[in-house]
Amino acid sequence: MTMRVVWTIAVSVFRESVRDKVLYNLVFFAVLLIAVSYLLSQLTAGQDMKVIKDLGLAAMSLFGLFIAVFIGIGLVSKEVEKRSIYALLAKPIRRQEFIVGKYLGLVLTLFVNLAIMAVAYYGVLGAVAFLDGAWVRPHWEAPAVDPALLKAIAMIFLQLAIVVAIALFFSTFSSPMLAAALTVGLYVVGHFNADLKNFDSVIDSKPIVYVARALYYLLPNLAPLDVKSDVVHAVHVPATYLLLNAAYSVVYVSILVSAATFIFTRRDFK
Amino acid sequence: MSHRPHTGAFIASLIGMLAVAVALQVARDRAFAFAPVDRQVLYVSNPQVMRRAALSYDTLLADIYWIRALQHYGGERQKPRYARRYELLYPMLDLATTLDPRFNIAYRFGAIFLSEPRPAGAGRPEQAIALLKKGLAFNPGKAEYYHDIGFIYYWHLRDYQLAAEWFGRGGDLPGAPFWLKTYSAIMLTRGGDRQASRVLWTQIGQSEESDWLRRTAQLRLAQLDALDQIDELKRIVDDHAKRTGRRAESWEQLAAARAVRGRPLDPSGTPYTLDAETGQIGVAGDSELWPLPTEPAAAPELKREMPPVPR
Repeated sequence: MTMRVVWTIAVSVFRESVRDKVLYNLVFFAVLLIAVSYLLSQLTAGQDMKVIKDLGLAAMSLFGLFIAVFIGIGLVSKEVEKRSIYALLAKPIRRQEFIVGKYLGLVLTLFVNLAIMAVAYYGVLGAVAFLDGAWVRPHWEAPAVDPALLKAIAMIFLQLAIVVAIALFFSTFSSPMLAAALTVGLYVVGHFNADLKNFDSVIDSKPIVYVARALYYLLPNLAPLDVKSDVVHAVHVPATYLLLNAAYSVVYVSILVSAATFIFTRRDFK
Repeated sequence: MSHRPHTGAFIASLIGMLAVAVALQVARDRAFAFAPVDRQVLYVSNPQVMRRAALSYDTLLADIYWIRALQHYGGERQKPRYARRYELLYPMLDLATTLDPRFNIAYRFGAIFLSEPRPAGAGRPEQAIALLKKGLAFNPGKAEYYHDIGFIYYWHLRDYQLAAEWFGRGGDLPGAPFWLKTYSAIMLTRGGDRQASRVLWTQIGQSEESDWLRRTAQLRLAQLDALDQIDELKRIVDDHAKRTGRRAESWEQLAAARAVRGRPLDPSGTPYTLDAETGQIGVAGDSELWPLPTEPAAAPELKREMPPVPR
């Protein structure tokens, strides 16, 4: 696999998403944050800083999720539908390079998107902190422009990287609608995993408990990647925890991209 | 001939049609008035279900329920006193604190809104205590919650023994403010004393946590001043009755007898009321201080030396 080819494909995916005006969501994000921060000072009984932090992180996650799902499901199927896949595969591009390039292209789009959102987010937090005045600052749980918020943003990025991999995986063998449904389904399941692990507390049947436990380890586990509440409430998130989650995400993404490559290399486009 | 409509004409016709739609709705609503929706709806009342459904957006939903609780409380307070209901306050606070168990202000302010007697609040001190105990289950090191529970037992439930116990438990926590222990002692020695109330409200008034809390403390201190003034006025009215052999029926009578100088005003600047039938003195219904808190009654055996006032 040639990294240069992968990178070329990745950049073309990024350019295409820019052409498709995907990054317009940034304008909406900025307007939302500014408008909400203005309105909230009247509505939250002094909790505007917490609410703006919560809202900003939730918006980053939600906007990213929409991009990951709705672009991710079309990464391969769109090329097949438009029949541009024939022209692409006629070139000296291996199928695995195509899949990995497509994946990295969307991840790059999400990274740039999140990075710009993070800058806007810190800008709004700084402005609100400046306008709120010095006397309220001692009562905040954490500083307004808190570097720890980057931990939550990094974890959101990892979550989205997994979601893109899921969408890409389904995109290689199913229709966009089905791929979207399955991806969203797995995203939801990814937040309920703890229930599978603790199935023994509600069911006595050992085989079912073992199946549930196996599913817990097999399905994507997205809930531990959510540290938004911790950072907003100034709860320390250890570096080891972040590193373990990052390693888990890289391995899980590798599995999904490998599986997608496996299926795609065996597809017959005749 | 071009079939493309002119942009200006298109926008004008769009605005025109929208205006017609608005006019039609106004006409319909005038002709067939429907009952206004005066009850707020809580679509999901089970906090655990909501927590699951929230996926990773639980803290944002907690914020939304917190804002809804504030609006519900504020909205009810805007209504006439007899029509105020706070039925959704506890469910909303329960949802907010389940979705974000570290939502400190939702526990503390929520408890105040719940415990305030009607019509200013929900008049449900037991719900306020339940909310704070829930907060302690998640955050056992929060001395503020012990303070707030102790305060509710003291101010709203008049249970000085339990108030002392909760203040004491809070004071035992590492890093807790020293005055929690003092409060505990005050409860045991002079639980129902007005001076004890003044000490507690003064301390709360010094809190920088919120403007609202400071204003509430100022109001309470003004009410305590009013209670002192009412005691003094009662003494004047009784003295006048003893001297003249008949009870004064109005402030004007007392002013004519030079017992008072004009109509006495409460600390908010509203004249006190004097009931001609019973001789009872109180704050007027339109006074900012209405209704006055029920006077705490200390058990006589608890009247002992007051510990030093905390600064």
